[in-house]
Order: sequence, then structure tokens, then C-alpha cells
Amino acid sequence: MTDGRIAVVGASAAGLAAVEALRRGGWTGALTLIGDEPHLPYDRPPLSKQLLSGDWQADRLGLRTTDQLDALDLDLRLGTRATALDAGTRTVTLADGERLACDGVIVATGVRARTLPGVAGTAGIHTLRTLDDALGLQTWLSGAERRLVVAGNGVLGCEAAAVARELGHKVTLVGRDPLPMRRLVGDGTGTLLATEHERHGVRMLTGVLDGVETADGHVTGVRLTDGSTLPADTVLVAIGSEPAVDWLRADAALDTTDGLRCDEFCAAAPGIYAAGDVARWYHPGHGRHLRIEHRMNATEQAMTAARNLLAELGVTEDERRPFTPVPYFWSDQYGMKLQAYGVLAGADRAETVLLDAGERRVAALYGRDGLATGVLAAGLPPRQIRGLRAVIATPGPWDEAHARLLAAVGGE
Amino acid sequence: MNITLDEDKCCAAGQCVLVAPEVFDQRDEDGIVVLLDAQPPAEQHAAVHEAAAICPAAAIQVHA
Repeated sequence: MTDGRIAVVGASAAGLAAVEALRRGGWTGALTLIGDEPHLPYDRPPLSKQLLSGDWQADRLGLRTTDQLDALDLDLRLGTRATALDAGTRTVTLADGERLACDGVIVATGVRARTLPGVAGTAGIHTLRTLDDALGLQTWLSGAERRLVVAGNGVLGCEAAAVARELGHKVTLVGRDPLPMRRLVGDGTGTLLATEHERHGVRMLTGVLDGVETADGHVTGVRLTDGSTLPADTVLVAIGSEPAVDWLRADAALDTTDGLRCDEFCAAAPGIYAAGDVARWYHPGHGRHLRIEHRMNATEQAMTAARNLLAELGVTEDERRPFTPVPYFWSDQYGMKLQAYGVLAGADRAETVLLDAGERRVAALYGRDGLATGVLAAGLPPRQIRGLRAVIATPGPWDEAHARLLAAVGGE
Repeated sequence: MNITLDEDKCCAAGQCVLVAPEVFDQRDEDGIVVLLDAQPPAEQHAAVHEAAAICPAAAIQVHA
């Protein structure tokens, strides 16, 4: 038996995985799950895919049934914001002033979409992070032809542009880099994506968003920093995200520079752990702190954080274990699926070993400091793609990984 | 144990096959999950639970 309380702050994929792992691991005390959105835990990747296209209704996104949630015996606080954490006393403060004294806390507050200052309330301007964001944009795109500008050509902007184009809208994709997703995936894959967007009729422009033009409370165009303007009746601001750490800033014991800094066990302080998009933890295999905004990491990291918290609290007899995942992400655009294992972000070297734009096939290797750290592929048979994980499961010498990747994909 | 799949949700990540290759496979043409054994033996249960937990599309349901 355990008494006391654990609070999990953030009720999306990571928060849900954390409370489930805590119950599985033997925590029988109070378990508070706090989410600032009013919705039961739902899945985010479909927001820019099946939900935006109208293929799925919102009810398909629920991650658990109410029966499954009931079985967890949660003190569920939805539509509730945590406003402070005192790490020393493990006390969470809620927006209404209530203070929750806890034995342990797992921070899983994720990220927020970056937006432009002063555009709140302007009709036609959207971000795409939450279910409500996605439903708003979906409604906007479900009728007559729109003139949409997607500001930002990262993963989210590219996926949304593809869906909007398939819905028949006029789409302009604007990025500071001429090739879509290039900062993450490099030249070869960026070229392949540019070919696909072009072939489907997306207009691509190089530029940086400066502001919007409005008339009568409605967006009429976007302004770029080079002084040019693009007419638009709909704008998706997809210029990245920021870790939701404002509520943690008052506690000087916590390092909230680019997420909540944690050790290899996902611990930010005694009894305080973090998981998912918000967590910047030390990955021993990569020898540096990483913060990963991928769906799979949310679950895996939450499971580890929960296990380690229970070990620290003595609920289990386990030793705490470092979190050393092989990250995975995917992106769907025009029926093409990009898949990547390992770490691409922060690479100082990227090499495309296979590129066939006609067959929509690509394979590329990414690395840093002479080591190969990540691999990306599209258009290959599933068995081959799965085999690529082993190429970079542990960062190793570039040349060895390069040879193994070539052998795996049959490149030149 | 009884396993059910939501093929429509499956995102073809293949993580289930990496964790429990005796129980899950992927279709060659699109990578969608294929269930090899809906009622796997006890020695597979831990791997199946792991696969269901980490599935990035929440497409695997495990029933007692």
C-alpha cells in the first residue's frame, strides 16, 4: 500500500502514459492528473493529418475510453492550469490557488505553438497545436476555396500544406529555408519534399514572417521581413513551439532553459521528473542533453520517469534506470511516409545515400562529431526500414554506419 | 490475452514488430500492422504489453 499523492502535470500522451505506468508500478495513493485543456487525453499527430483533412472526427482521437480512465482511479483535473511548482516541498499550485502537497511530481506540460504578437482575435489566423486549434482550422478549410499561407516549412507546416492542397485550396508555403524541412532532414530529403509539394501545386517561397495585414478584423495578407506581402484569407502560423515551462520559472532550483533540464533518469530535482516534449534530459548514449518533440518519446519517457520516481520513493525495489531511447518519428505528406530513427537535430553532417524523386525513395544518414546519430528513409519496404534502426541504435563511427546503411538500402 | 488492432489508426511505425516479432508483422505494401497471433502464449505477454504501450498511434488494444 502507498498513501500520499503523486501529481502528473499535463494530460496528453506523456501524462497519460505516466499515470498508467505509476498504477502498473504499484502506486496506490492519490494520483492527480492535471490538464489545461478541457478534453480527455487525445492524440496529437492526427491533428495535422486525418483530423485536418476531415477524414476523422474528434472522437477518434481519444487515447483511452472513459472506462479505461475510470479504472486508473485518478483525481482528474481537466481545464485546470498549474501555475507553480515548489520543487523543495514538492508542492504544485493550481490556477484557483489550491496547493497540492505531493510525494512526487511528473512534469509533462509539453510545448505551446509560437505565434505572432497582437494577432489574437483576428479572423483567419491559426496555429495548430491543440484539438481546438485543429477543429478551428478544419472548419475554416472545409468550405469554399481559401487562399492559405502557411508560415513555416517545418514538419507541421509541410503536413498542413499537403492536407490543405489535397482539399483543393490555394496554398503558399513560406520558410526561411528554400527547401521544406531542410534544417531537420538536409538537402536530399528536402529536395524530394520540394518536388512533391511543387508537383501537387503548392507555391513555395523563401521568406520570414514579419506580420499580418488585416481589414475589419480579418486577415488579408502576410508581410515578410523583406517588405513583400502575400495576399491571404487564411494563415497558419507554424513557426515552431516553445516548451510550456512558464509555470516553473519561479523556482530557481529548476533550469528551464529550453525545457525542464533533467538528468539521465529524467529527474529535475529529488521527487521531480519530466517527460515528453517539455523534458530536456541527458542521454548518456549521445553524451548531451536532448529534448525531443516526437510522439513516441512522450510515451517511452513517461514510462521511464514513472518507474524511476517509484524507485526513488521506494514503492518498488527497482534501481533507477537511465533513459536511453532510440528516438523515432514519422511524417506523412501526399501519401508518402518519412521515417527516422535516432537523432537528426543538431547534426553537423548529413549525407543522402539514396534519392529517387520519381519513385519517392530516399535514405540519408545524419551525424555529429564524427559519429552517426540518425537515419531517415522513405519509400522502402517496411522490413528494410525497420532494419535501419540497428544502424544508429548506438551512435558509432560515421564510416561504419554509412557502409551499413548503403548495404541495407542497396545504394551506390 | 486477446489482442485487437485498429488498422485505420496504424501509422506503420513498425515499433510493435521490433518489440514483439512473434506477434506482429507489417504488410509489405504499406507497412500496416498484421496480427500474427491474437492470443499469444504467456511468454509473449510482456512484449505485447510493451508494444501496445509504445505504439505511437495507440492502435493496439490488449484485453485480459
